[in-house]
Order: sequence, then C-alpha cells, then structure tokens
Amino acid sequence: MSIEQTNLTPKVVDDSSTKGLTAKGNARRNFIIAGAAVGGGLLISFAMPKFLNNGGSEVAKTKAEEVTADNVFIPNAFIKIGRDGKVTLVMHKVEMGQGTYTSIPMLVAEELEVDLSQVTLEAAPANDKLYADPLLGSQVTGGSTSIRGAWKPLREAGATARVLLIAAAAKQWNVDATTCHAEQGYVVNTEGKKIGYGELADAAATMPVPTQVTLKDPKDFKLIGTPAKRLDTPDKVNGKAQYGIDVRLPEMKIATVAACPVLGGKLASVDDSKALAVKGVHQVVKLENAVAVIADHMWAAKQGLAALVIQWDNGPNEKISTADMVANLKNASENKDNKSQVVVARKDGDFHKAFKASASQHESTYQVPFLSQAALEPMNCTVHVRKDGCDIWVGTQVPTVAQAGAMAITKLPAEKVVVHNYQIGGGFGRRLDADFIRQAVEIGMQVDTPVKVIWTREEDMQHGVYRPYYYDHLAAALDKDGNITAWNHRVTGSSVLARWAPAFFTNGLDGDSVEGAKEPLYVAPNMLVEYVRQEQPGLVTGWWRGVGPTHNTFMVETFIDELAEKVGKDPLAYRLSLLGHSPRAKAALTLAADKAGWGTPLPKGHGRGLSVQFAFGSYIAAVAELEIVDEEVKVKRVVAAVDCGMTVNPDTVVAQIQGGIIFGISGALFGEITTKDGRVEQSNFHNYRVVRMNEAPQIDVHLIASTEAPGGIGEPGTAVIAPALNNAVFAITGKRLRSLPIAPHLVKA
Amino acid sequence: MITLNVNGKDHSLDVSEDTPVLWAIRDVIGFTGTKFGCGMALCGACTIHLDGAPTRSCVTPVSAVVGKKITTIEAISESEAGKKIQQAWLSLEVVQCGYCQSGQIMSATALLASNPKPTDADIDAAMSGNICRCGTYPRIKAAIKEAAAA
Repeated sequence: MSIEQTNLTPKVVDDSSTKGLTAKGNARRNFIIAGAAVGGGLLISFAMPKFLNNGGSEVAKTKAEEVTADNVFIPNAFIKIGRDGKVTLVMHKVEMGQGTYTSIPMLVAEELEVDLSQVTLEAAPANDKLYADPLLGSQVTGGSTSIRGAWKPLREAGATARVLLIAAAAKQWNVDATTCHAEQGYVVNTEGKKIGYGELADAAATMPVPTQVTLKDPKDFKLIGTPAKRLDTPDKVNGKAQYGIDVRLPEMKIATVAACPVLGGKLASVDDSKALAVKGVHQVVKLENAVAVIADHMWAAKQGLAALVIQWDNGPNEKISTADMVANLKNASENKDNKSQVVVARKDGDFHKAFKASASQHESTYQVPFLSQAALEPMNCTVHVRKDGCDIWVGTQVPTVAQAGAMAITKLPAEKVVVHNYQIGGGFGRRLDADFIRQAVEIGMQVDTPVKVIWTREEDMQHGVYRPYYYDHLAAALDKDGNITAWNHRVTGSSVLARWAPAFFTNGLDGDSVEGAKEPLYVAPNMLVEYVRQEQPGLVTGWWRGVGPTHNTFMVETFIDELAEKVGKDPLAYRLSLLGHSPRAKAALTLAADKAGWGTPLPKGHGRGLSVQFAFGSYIAAVAELEIVDEEVKVKRVVAAVDCGMTVNPDTVVAQIQGGIIFGISGALFGEITTKDGRVEQSNFHNYRVVRMNEAPQIDVHLIASTEAPGGIGEPGTAVIAPALNNAVFAITGKRLRSLPIAPHLVKA
Repeated sequence: MITLNVNGKDHSLDVSEDTPVLWAIRDVIGFTGTKFGCGMALCGACTIHLDGAPTRSCVTPVSAVVGKKITTIEAISESEAGKKIQQAWLSLEVVQCGYCQSGQIMSATALLASNPKPTDADIDAAMSGNICRCGTYPRIKAAIKEAAAA
C-alpha cells in the first residue's frame, strides 16, 4: 500500500463547510440527534448523514465531478476504485500517531473484502458536509473519537461498495447475487467464476445503491481485532514520510516569526535594516502583533529575526503572573463575595443537608497547572496566497476551521481555499487550534511566493494554547462503614469549549471541564457537582491530551485515596467496596491490581498507587510503582488494565495506552507552564521537562475482551496516570500532595 | 561555497559558515528526513551521523563538517546496523507519529554499531537525548534489543 499526499480538489463545496463548529449547523444537518457536546470524550447519540451509507445527493455530486479513468467507481466519499483495481480510501481523520491511518482502513477493508496491502490512502479535503465526525459534528480529529465515530459508518461505506460490486458481477454473469461473494478484491460465485474489482468498476458505478446494507457479524471478522501492521510506519523509519514541515514547493521561501511576548500586545515599531542585510533574507513582514522574516532557509530567517530591533506595545496583560491567575481561581472557587456564577452540573438529593448532618466529613482542594502540548514537530504552515486562490499545506486536526480562517483573511470563497492535510508530528490537542495557520495566511498575503512559516521551539512553547489551570474543591460525608453519603465536586477553571466551540457551551456549563466529575465512578445518594468558569486574561487555554478528565480523574482518584486513608481501608479494597454498580470498572481495577501484585512487599523507598477511570467510552485502571531516590521520583513500573469494548487493532490500543501513560507521567511529574510579567517563563525542553528514555518505566497493558461498542483510546492513559503516581508518592512518604507537578514537591528546602 | 558530503555525495552550498547542518540539509539540499525539534540539542530529532558518530545537526555549523561524511536517515539502511534497527522498529511496531523516529533510529544505529550487545543502562545512556512525545520508549528499548539479537 502507499500513502499519497496529493489531495482531492474539494469540488463539492457547501457553505456550511466553512462555518466552523456551530450547533445550529449541526442540528440542521441532523448529525446530532440528542445531547450536544464536543471536545472531550462526551458520548452523544448520533446519526450519520444518509449520504455516507446510501449514496445520497452529495455523493452523487462528488461522483459526477470526481470520476476519472483512475477512479470510476466512487460509491461514497470514502472509497474510489479504478479500472486497474486500485482502491483509494479517503481519510477523513488525520494521522498523528494514534494509528487512524491503519484502523480506519481496517474498518473499510473488512467489509469491502480487500487486503490492507491493496489500498492507497489519501487525506480528505476540508469538507464538513462529507467528513464530519458524528460525535463532534465537524471534520475534527480529537477527543478520542475516531474509532467511536467511524465504527459503523465506515464499515457501511465498505459494505455498500461490496454490495454494488457483487451486483455488477451477478448482472454480468446473469446469476443471482446471492450466489456471489467478495474476497480479496474479487467477486467469486458458486460456479467458480471470478472477476476483479477493477473490471467491475464501471458497471458497479451504474448499479442502484442499496438503502441499507448488512454488516458482518463480528465473529466473521478477518481483519478487525487483529494486530495488523500499521500502514504509515514503513515510511517513518526511512525518512520518506512527509509532515507539514517537510513541504517543498518551487520558489518557496522559509519564514520564522516572533509574536508579541505578552498576549494581547501589539507591534509598536520595528527596525529591520540589519535583518534585511542578513544573507538570504528577502523581506520582513509586519503583522498587527508579530513580525516575520522571509528568507531562503530557516537559518537566514532566524538570523534575520535576531537582528530585528522590535518595540512591542505589551498591552493590558504585561503585569500578569501565574500567582495572580491562581488568586483569581481561588476567589472564584471559594466564592466568598458571592460574585461567582456557580453552575450546577449535577444534583442528586441534598448534598448540603447530608454533609452537615454527617459525623464523618472530609474536604480537599486540588490544583493542576497550565501545560504545553510540546509536540515535537513545532507549529508550522506553508501557504501560497494568490489573487485567485489560496493553498495551505499543513498538518491539522481541524481542516475546515483552517479553511474558514483563511477565507476570512483572504476574502476568497471556499472552493478557492484548498487545505492539503499532512500527517502530524504530534498533535496532543494543539493542532485543534488554527491560530498558527491564520498567522501564516496573514504572512502569505504579503509574500509573492509560497512561504513556509516555521515557529521555533521557543515560539511554540510561549505562544501556545495551554491546558487550563484547574482549582477544584471536593467534599464528602461518610457513614460508619465508609460509604459515601454525600459528594460535592466544584470545578473551577477557564472554559476551552466556550472559546473553541461556543455553541456547545450551553447554560454556562462546560461539559468538557466536568467530564469525570459529573459522572464519577463513585456514587452517593446526595451529589452536587458544580462548575465555575474563571477566564485568564494572559493565556489562551486549549485542548491537551486527556482534556477534562486529566484534572477530574486526578482530583477524584486522589480524593478517594484520602477517604480510604480516613476510614482506615486499603485503597484497593475501599474502591472495590464502592464499585459494585460498575462491573467493568471493578474488573479493570481487579485485573490491574492482580497483575501488579498489589499488596505484595516492596523494597524500602518503593510504593504503589492506583487509579481507575471511565472516560472517552473506555474503562481503565492503572497501578504505578514508584521509588523516591535523592528527591527524585523514579517510576519503576506501570500496570494498566483496559476495557475499551471491541478493539479494531489491539496492538494500536496497547501502544496508545503505553504512550498516553508516558505523556501523562511527563505532565504529572514535571509539566508546568508559568507566566511572569505576562510572559511564559518556559521556552524549551531544558525548562519544560518531559520524560526521557532513562525515566520511562516498563508499562504492562492488559486488554479485557469485550463485545461492547469500541471506546476511545488515545487519551485514557494520559488522564488515569497522575493520581496513580500521586497515590504512590503518598504510600512512600505519607505526605499527600494536592497540586501538580509532583517533582518540585520532593525537593527539600 | 561550502561542500558537504551527504550520503556519499558532495553538495556545494552557498550558505554562511555558521549555518547549522540541519538547515543546510533540509532547506538547501532538500533531505527532509532529518527533523527540527528544538534547535538547542535538547531533543535529538535532528540526529545525523558524522563519520559514524551521532551528532545533533541543529547546533553543528557547516564549517565544522567540511571533509567529513554525513549520513542521514535516508541512507541509514545502507549500514548493517541501520537495516537491523529499521527492521526491529517495524517488527515491534515502535512508531506512532514518527516525527522523532529519524533521530531515534540514528542514535540507536550508532549505539548498535559501536556496542552490538547493549545493556539497558547502555540503551538509556545512548538514547536519553532523544525525546519522544508519543511515548514509544518501551518499544524503542525492546526493538534495540531485538536488533542486537538479530
């Protein structure tokens, strides 16, 4: 198989594809039937647009305009088959390491009856109408939704094509279709006749499209559920894989950029005389809040940038520091002046009454810091803006948002703004924002040639969209047996959802911020879950792998450990006593604890901590074994047990859990973005520390076989691990940490 | 003009002497397999071989490599160790996003070429300069061992 980076020209254009994420638009298109929330692992019921599985008018349009000698049979927006038998799958999700360029082809190939080796992949153009994720309502790769959203419709896409190919063969042979079946790119019949998909392509394109198709019984799966080899990896071990940053075009220039170091500030003036004298520098482009140097290559651009004499107007945020932000959060959470808008996310019974009446109460306040995704491929975007069109070459999780941003800047219509999406060198939520793409288009407006804008690592780390700082308060009342009779969780933080998809921020509630808090695994007759939105003027907050559950699982699972301690019970036994209503959570926790040897002796200085979570549609439990030596944590081993329903590619599931846990360990032990005088203090990997090879533990992942629908798998590992680490620190030191990151707490004054 | 020998072929470049090898090979010569990650020799994504030794190309000026042999990921399969490492990477399905993997493979190949049976400690020492944000470290370690056993 091969992955082609060439893109379809988006000939099917609909104005709704450019409106970004609007609840109204989604409702109108009937993508979402009930409930509405985006971003986290929030499960909502949905119906895919009809054209995805029955060849409705939109596909017909695609078909009419896209048919070429190479692609004569286009039964839907995802499949193209040529006369040569070449099968091209159009990837509506972007590959950023999570394996979607293998698992989604597996879904289609299973029903289409082709080998993975027979398919060629092509990145989809920007088009919400054809390629929206049913859970997110837009063409977004994020929120651990790819398999959950694609599970049924992409199999239907493959099955529809198979039915049409069989119908074409049956007609040609003048036999009943029921005597024919498909295998490995051929239709064969009971008489032993055999014909390839390529030879059937023309005829299949004329067959009436079935209104519904029957999907395979899972017991007949040949591909789904197997550890099929990834399709994207051969080119990633030989340097051939092309990421956005690798784009090369005739006449292309390279640019690097400096934005005002204080958010909200503007460019006052710039002396570019020395920069323009640097060999290889062609031009200095001034934007309202940034300066870019356009050069032959990145080194000249960097030298040019360093030679600029820039005066910034720092604006209103130039005195803001992290301490101010935390003070604001604390005030908002405590609400002593009664000025906070406290939104009730869940109310069962009467928490306040039950809490006051209880003889056994416990309360704690937890804090988690701002975090950078620090994807290894720095933000970059290549653009060619012309009077008659705009091409954008970029790795993005949101191609239609990128397109809409470019349309607003260039005033070009959608059909003139083409997004060429590339494989991503790490997304982790950062590439769900298109700020850097809009900036590149603004720069491109002033440059005559194609220009590749590359952020330095420092620019990337200091002009990010950061995981919000959360300041949460939990309170619980217990009966004499340790059962929870009253539970309160007040979440306080900025709202990513309100900024990113305002239509989904309804009644003052951010559904992502309370995922894992609103429906924790632990239940009490009196539950009150509250949300307080407190925005930060000096930083933009955004998605970070694990999203809402990264803080809520930390808070809830640390708090449960505290309750276990309070009632004098073992953390495992206590959790199991509370999880009777959730057999899947209980099974995951039991398996992880068993495989980790929970309760068996450990050397001095070692300890274990555990954590269990339901989020993104998946259950996961983790046991972390730590050692503390010379004020440093060493994570010796992590054991995880996962029930994510049916798996498409079990090896990818294991890889995502392993990698997600390591991403979470980096954040929990070391991750912290701080500001002083309005400027982000961290700049590169020397002061934004991440886990390295010598710090990475052995990670054993145990999958629990299940026939439930697939759950998300990209983010659960990241969100589950922090409390397991923190609880292990308590097991070693007897000291309960209530804020992250962990490492600074262990350094003795 | 400065002449660089990359993957066995000479390239004459009109760049200043302080230009890092990374940008010379990516932007001027056009080999894009070597990646930019930090610009400060902190992440290892830009690792190349200089006369066989793993080197961070983002902080190595072209003036320092004249007359030396540069090997990049594009040519690493030509070495026995490189071929084994690539095969082990695929066999154990190490790669996720893949952006750091050029550098990881260059570091691992240099390790294996100089130390055919590396211990865990040897692997930690040789590989801790290479950051992987996807968290493929456990599989990298296993793959180096598999390559060593091949």
